Amino acid sequence: MLWYIGRRLLQVIPVFLGATLLLYAMVFALPGDPVAALGGERGLSAAVQEQIRSQYNLDKPFIVQYLLYLKGVVTLDFGMTFSHRPVIDIIAEAVPITFRLALMALVIEAIFGIGFGLVAGLRKGGVFDGTVLVLSLLVIAVPTFVLGFVMQFVVGVQLGWLPITAGRDPNFVSLLMPAMVLAATSLAYVLRLTRTSVAENISADYVRTARAKGLPRAQVTTRHVLRNSLIPVVTFLGADLGALMGGAIVTEGIFNIPGVGGTLFRAITTGENTLVVSLTTLLVLVYIVANLLVDLLYAALDPRIRYA
Amino acid sequence: MPENPMHPATPRPGQERYTAPADQAKLGAVDAVDTTEAPSSLWNEAWRDMRRRPLFWVSATIIVLVSLVAMFPGLFTSQGPRVCQLANSLGDPAPGHIFGFDRQGCDIYARTIYGARASVVVGVLTTLAVVILGTTVGAIAGYFGGWFDTVLSRLTDIFFAVPLVLAAIVIMSVLPERNTWTVAAVLASFGWTSIARITRGSVMSVKNNEFVTAARALGMSRGAILLRHVLPNSAAPIIVYATVALGTYIVAEATLTFLGIGLPPWLVSWGGDISMAQQSLRVRPEILFYPAGALALTVLGFIMLGDVVRDALDPKARKR
Repeated sequence: MLWYIGRRLLQVIPVFLGATLLLYAMVFALPGDPVAALGGERGLSAAVQEQIRSQYNLDKPFIVQYLLYLKGVVTLDFGMTFSHRPVIDIIAEAVPITFRLALMALVIEAIFGIGFGLVAGLRKGGVFDGTVLVLSLLVIAVPTFVLGFVMQFVVGVQLGWLPITAGRDPNFVSLLMPAMVLAATSLAYVLRLTRTSVAENISADYVRTARAKGLPRAQVTTRHVLRNSLIPVVTFLGADLGALMGGAIVTEGIFNIPGVGGTLFRAITTGENTLVVSLTTLLVLVYIVANLLVDLLYAALDPRIRYA
Repeated sequence: MPENPMHPATPRPGQERYTAPADQAKLGAVDAVDTTEAPSSLWNEAWRDMRRRPLFWVSATIIVLVSLVAMFPGLFTSQGPRVCQLANSLGDPAPGHIFGFDRQGCDIYARTIYGARASVVVGVLTTLAVVILGTTVGAIAGYFGGWFDTVLSRLTDIFFAVPLVLAAIVIMSVLPERNTWTVAAVLASFGWTSIARITRGSVMSVKNNEFVTAARALGMSRGAILLRHVLPNSAAPIIVYATVALGTYIVAEATLTFLGIGLPPWLVSWGGDISMAQQSLRVRPEILFYPAGALALTVLGFIMLGDVVRDALDPKARKR
């Protein structure tokens, strides 16, 4: 196991370097010149522009810029935005909010996805199963932003049950609707995954044995069927946490949540490249680490993977 | 038979031996196999299975209908999508304008019909590019192995580590020109990784089969074996993934257009119309419904088809 962990950790390093280099190149290859645009109509004098360029290392060759940036990431010094706010401060403000949102979405996914999936899988081919399957396809087919608007309009405006937008410093109640919207698509996937897995395991030999030796039905369902069916589901949920943090861009935009997604989108439109690169690096890092943890968890659960 | 002097059961001169009467009964199981017809292939059986599923016909109808609308929008409406009169702003449905008018006074039905093309074109272009790129990378990595595999797999990992929508938002906001081609290219350049991984796994499991060894023994070149024998037999999971992915690319395009960094505003598209309808949501929520409904129906068609095809190609699921 230790050898497997070591090998997987070593594999992460080139992937992280490659992905950040890719993003860095994309962001800084853009044609516009943010420094020249800083001064607005009148423009900055050449000397001031020169000074800003050297301060942000923009006068150095691309690869040197990237290496300097990488050094900053390792020492947790992400630099300053053009308006002289330390990027690390903005990150420290935005990350907890997005993390809370993603975590809430994950809990919603797990509870409803596994719950409905279990019931559907136990009675495969039944009325409930059919209804839930078609509904889950429908949820996957409706884009997140459409779902967000409909929820906002129906639950927020017409019924008035939940606040429409979150605003600064969102609490649990105001994050509830965004979390539901963010969770919807993945919930449908979790449901389908659980259903297939349960329906497969229910006809396994060990379940028949458990029934034959007289265990109560509920105990067989929870201890034998569900536990074994959850392995692929847990894998999906783990990898999804990373995707949720990144996929929150649209949801945070609709519900006006000052999280990573909203900050990132604003940074892109205003050309704050330092901030864009820092936030995307962060999101990619979360995604890679989440996938790594899932792989390790899977290897711990299933010894066949370790020796493959 | 015993008359044959070479037969082991034929006694030599001077040798006495009991010979059992030859069993003339046919071997039931062997003779029952009908050899006059070619054995039905995986695809034939899958097709026979799919034909019986109502879900297949529903999704096929949706896809055919949407494709027709995308190709010949003029057949379905006589109104132009860009004929807008502000006097009609937010107007109610009228004869010849069954869905009513949007904020700009454009006919919503005509815009919904004409919006299909953008979505379908981006979806199909992206899927084509992803399948070509993904299968090439995956097949080379899986079939040739060694150095190729190491380099290509790490490259796949790097692109896989960047979430699709995140990468698309960053690149699209940087690109100087935004049109159908660039949106498809950007989505494809980060969407190919899953197909590459699927192809690699599929090719690796197929290449050790006896028929591949037989083809090599017959002197076929490695490239020809890959194209003629290995790839066709690894195609099933790729087709299933590509069908579902087409739907998700349409959603991704609509998301980008909705954010204002996808298709340009002058192109009639569902994503753009949804974004416009957002402003009139509180006055006329049904304006949002039509383009969003058309989008969801199209995506549903492809996802459902992928689902049916997956079930039909999976022998384990078929038996039950």
